[in-house]
Amino acid sequence: MKIIVAIKQVPERDAQVRIDARAEWIEEAGLQFALNESDAYALEEALQLKEKHGGEVIVVTAGPERVGPTIREALAKGADRAIHIDCEDLGARDALGVARLLAEAVKSENADLLLTGLQSDDLGLGQTGVIVAELLGLPHASLILHVEKTDTGLTVKRELEEGWFQTIELPTPAVLTIQSGGNKLRYATLMGIKRAKTKEVRRVTAAELGSDAAPVVVLERVSLPQKQKTTQILPGSAKEAAAALAEKLKFEVRVL
Amino acid sequence: MSGILVVQEAGRNRISFEALAAGRVLAGLTGLTLETAAVGDPNATVFVESSGPPPAAAYAVQHPLLENYTSDGYVLALEQLIRKLEPSYIVFPHTYQSRDYVPRLATRFGQVLIGDVTGIEAGPTFVRQLFQGKMNGSYRHPGDGPCFLSIQAGAFRADAPQAGTFTILPFEPEIPASAIRAKPGKRFRGSAQTVDLGSAPLIVSVGRGIKDAANIPLVQELATSLGAELAASRPICDAGWLPMERQVGSSGQTVSPKLYLAVGISGAIQHLVGMKGSQCIVAINKDPDAPIFEVADYGIVGDLFEVVPALTEAVKAAKQ
Repeated sequence: MKIIVAIKQVPERDAQVRIDARAEWIEEAGLQFALNESDAYALEEALQLKEKHGGEVIVVTAGPERVGPTIREALAKGADRAIHIDCEDLGARDALGVARLLAEAVKSENADLLLTGLQSDDLGLGQTGVIVAELLGLPHASLILHVEKTDTGLTVKRELEEGWFQTIELPTPAVLTIQSGGNKLRYATLMGIKRAKTKEVRRVTAAELGSDAAPVVVLERVSLPQKQKTTQILPGSAKEAAAALAEKLKFEVRVL
Repeated sequence: MSGILVVQEAGRNRISFEALAAGRVLAGLTGLTLETAAVGDPNATVFVESSGPPPAAAYAVQHPLLENYTSDGYVLALEQLIRKLEPSYIVFPHTYQSRDYVPRLATRFGQVLIGDVTGIEAGPTFVRQLFQGKMNGSYRHPGDGPCFLSIQAGAFRADAPQAGTFTILPFEPEIPASAIRAKPGKRFRGSAQTVDLGSAPLIVSVGRGIKDAANIPLVQELATSLGAELAASRPICDAGWLPMERQVGSSGQTVSPKLYLAVGISGAIQHLVGMKGSQCIVAINKDPDAPIFEVADYGIVGDLFEVVPALTEAVKAAKQ
């Protein structure tokens, strides 16, 4: 099986994000970046499928120079090669613009399967994989926890709301967006990290892919959310705050 | 280009009515008329019941191949309805189903869905969350062509039904059987549901901040001292530290207890939709900017490994 995994580098989960001076994006200087969580699960699913059925795993990502370490991480975990779409203005593109870059970059690979995480931890659009499927004319399924190869294609386990699931049969080639938690993530081994240095990373520019950046929808402003409730913060040491909270629970919330 | 089309989801009345309420806000801002549609039988509840003033029209999209949901079928059917009606805005409830097919549908029109919208402001400007709820983003749709929106659960209040009738118009799209590429199977439950968090009056819920499975007993002790059920956010159940049936959030259970005490939970959207209806929310978190504090009534900013044991002791003392 030839499997493409589209991954994204995002600010680390615990990073303290601050709005930039123009209130159009966040202050990126000094931020730590990491592989998007559900993309890590997509990569894991791809690596397990390759281990079972053989084939090749190719990661693709769009972003500036700083995505290099994230690509290396994916290669160290076991991806065979990578495509880096060099793109300084990723933030100016909407989901369709980014999906066009990805679709163009992988089209000629004629892969059996394209996996990606169900959504990014930064923008949280949850659309890129589904749009890539449409652009490539392929069937898709989203929120997938488990993938099994069959004689005719794939059987996948899709997550529904409120604890329900559904099995779906799909022909290949297909696109799947992967939900977190379906597998246990592997760590890169020392050997893997060493090998990653020799693996191919093909660079293409956004311009070479012929995709212009003009967006259909525009993120105009980033702001801090307004509180939906007035939160009473209980101050003091851990012990003092805990005692004050117990008081509130007893006399105001009346649950003790 | 004419009106606003709200596409409701059969069987998901509440969030559909919330999308309808969002559609009315948009109608108020733009002066456009509001129509609705849903895939399914015209006798289905989504049409029989309604909320707010009656829409100008309601389209019942029907085809034997739409009986079981597939993205291919839904995209094809709604593409035809949208080409016929040419609405300026198409509004969906933000459900797992709409996130599965609407991005694809929007692409057919060269458009991009503005998904998971929590607010509609003059302009119109559409607000949605970024960075797992740490920030808000304001989006605009400056170009020509229809604007696709999906509305987050609980963001708009469903209107009470008002008297009046509306016409239900059948719409039969053309769908060749060969266009449906996926074969959907039956729906099933992941595990036997032995914990009914929905009826628990008190819940103590634990998130990533707990760091390790070995630390779970710390929170369990707090829950026991309160007489509360123990619940968790998704990452804890994904890691297998607590069973899936104890998960609160969009993929787990929706709860509205008298007390929801969130320990080390940052409050991503997917978690908040499952618990923000709780009567009293208490959050213990080391990050003062964690989104959980946006919905909390009481908060303690601090190290949970110090606060939780102290709280367990204080609760025991207060109960005596």
